[in-house]
Amino acid sequence: MTETLPQRTPDKETLARMFELVTAINLTDERFRTLLSSGRARSTYYSPKGQECISAAFGALLRPDDYCVTMYRGLHDHLAKGVPMRELFAEFLGRVTGTCKGKGGPMHVTHPASGLMVTTGIVGSGLPIANGLAWAAKLSGTDQVTIVNFGDGASNIGAFHEALNLASVWELPVVFVCQNNRYGEHTRYEWATSASQVAQRAAAYEMPGVTVDGNDPVATYWAADEAISRARSGGGPTLVEAMTYRFWGHIFGDNMRYMPPEERKAAMDADPTVRYRNWLLEHGHLSEAELASIENDTLAAIDDAIAFALDSPPPGPDELYTDVYSETVVPA
Amino acid sequence: MTDEVKVAKMTTAQAIHDALDLALAKDPKVLLFGEDVSDPSGGGVFHISEGLSTKYGEHRVRSTPISEQAIVGAAIGAAIGGYRPIAEIMFMDFFAVAMDQISNHAAKLRYMSGGQTGVPITIRTAAGAGMQFGAQHSEMLEAWVTHIPGLKVVVASNPADCKGLLTAAIFDDDPVVVIEPTLDYWVSGPVPEGEHVVPIGKASTARPGSDVTLITYGREVKFALEAAETLAGEGISVEVLDLRTLVPMDERAVLESVARTRRAVVVHQAVRRGGLGAEISALIHENLFGELEGPVVRVAGPNTPIPYAAELESLFVVDSADMVKGVRKAVQQTR
Repeated sequence: MTETLPQRTPDKETLARMFELVTAINLTDERFRTLLSSGRARSTYYSPKGQECISAAFGALLRPDDYCVTMYRGLHDHLAKGVPMRELFAEFLGRVTGTCKGKGGPMHVTHPASGLMVTTGIVGSGLPIANGLAWAAKLSGTDQVTIVNFGDGASNIGAFHEALNLASVWELPVVFVCQNNRYGEHTRYEWATSASQVAQRAAAYEMPGVTVDGNDPVATYWAADEAISRARSGGGPTLVEAMTYRFWGHIFGDNMRYMPPEERKAAMDADPTVRYRNWLLEHGHLSEAELASIENDTLAAIDDAIAFALDSPPPGPDELYTDVYSETVVPA
Repeated sequence: MTDEVKVAKMTTAQAIHDALDLALAKDPKVLLFGEDVSDPSGGGVFHISEGLSTKYGEHRVRSTPISEQAIVGAAIGAAIGGYRPIAEIMFMDFFAVAMDQISNHAAKLRYMSGGQTGVPITIRTAAGAGMQFGAQHSEMLEAWVTHIPGLKVVVASNPADCKGLLTAAIFDDDPVVVIEPTLDYWVSGPVPEGEHVVPIGKASTARPGSDVTLITYGREVKFALEAAETLAGEGISVEVLDLRTLVPMDERAVLESVARTRRAVVVHQAVRRGGLGAEISALIHENLFGELEGPVVRVAGPNTPIPYAAELESLFVVDSADMVKGVRKAVQQTR
């Protein structure tokens, strides 16, 4: 599909799994934006559209017991790590049936059963916590891997540098995944970042750093495979920089005037989901019937999840006071 | 029937070491880390953790880079991953460097996750003026952390409570900030041997009295006891209440005492403006307004950074003379 496509092709099961995840992210995002635009849902929303292949590639490789930390633009990572769609939609809509009883919201989805341990709204702050999860796994003698997703903007905050240094010194089984979508909030990458590529910063911490086309799920898959295998086998951390583009600006509904229209159009014309679908078809990996079946099943699951979420009640007033501490302290 | 508890005389530093040692021995999930804490780094700048990395291994008692965000972040992640980490932040002033992890993550993850992920970490930190460490190594910043829902905060006033509160903090399922008055590390007192737990959330009456309640915590308790002794000579009976836990505060103990004495003086070393004294004062006024002989008096640090020169620093630190003045004021304003 691109010139950088490696010779090796993953097996059909993996390719299909990645297509399932790409499709789930793509269609969920589409439906959620429709819900917001139509006024049926209200939420701050950071659309991950454009970045779906990165999560799909990692999602196809990670085990349920591997840990994942992500950030406010996290829907793609949540779905790829296996957070159930019903609970996810319900959380996005602030319902008691959500992953976090509606108390976290889209910026704070947590679902330990899927290994989705933290979603943070603070740029770069997931990296130090990922180290702790990786340290716990290492101390316990398991071969669990921790991945932490963040944007290019996070590579300029102190926590990034503290975390990469500690992970390298302590040889932690962690994969730092920089989803470089070219913008930190509204500011272009090159106006804010001294390194021409974020992956170069790995050298300062003596860990492997690799830049990959994040819109190519196969290329990302192999980069992810190498990093995850390294972590799992005791080889320490890796910084993976996956180049991508966000279609819908920083926050859904912003005017996107800071993104040149021709740049955005070019990215959208090369929609990574469409590209991957065409590639699978053209190379005979999956038939039209197989692809359509995945899409139809996904749409049905999304309809079910939306109906579930919309039918669910909000959390009751008592929930205001629970979960502040391990024991509930009721106010006087 | 209770077993007799043996008591040994030891410094606060030794009492804290004892608590850490016993916790590490009791539960393999307990971890201790921070700047310089392992033996190759000297066992901590105050030598409190000396011997522990040798005894329990560098994998459990570990020196870190000078990276406060990385330290607290690692504690949070390890806690979510099933451990009970004790993270050391050398001086409380350095909380400023780690505050995102403390406030946005340690304190909030349980709530944001709807109760799915707790953060049973202990953050030990030295605080307080009196050693000419200057403005960036001396502050009592309890008001920062008591303002954040999700954190528990304790401050001990004597070696035995230091041991007992730290032990309670380590085995508590919530994040607990343990503030250790720096100057007290070298102060000695009787400490129960073996495991000793002081429950979080329980104040202690350090001295009973009937005319006025002096409410304080940490290092100020011993000065409050001195002030109470002085005032006893003037015929004023002072009850000294040692809060021990700032969050969750033993409000019942505060209100019960002040309801009896009908006068209260609140004391802390931290600066007056926005200090915890204002909260305690409001608590009393809101609940006992009609029963008070006069308004609650606050004795607190001036609204300045902490100066270096010994003469100025001693002016900054509230002492027993300041407390005596505060109590006299409270007694004189009888209506």
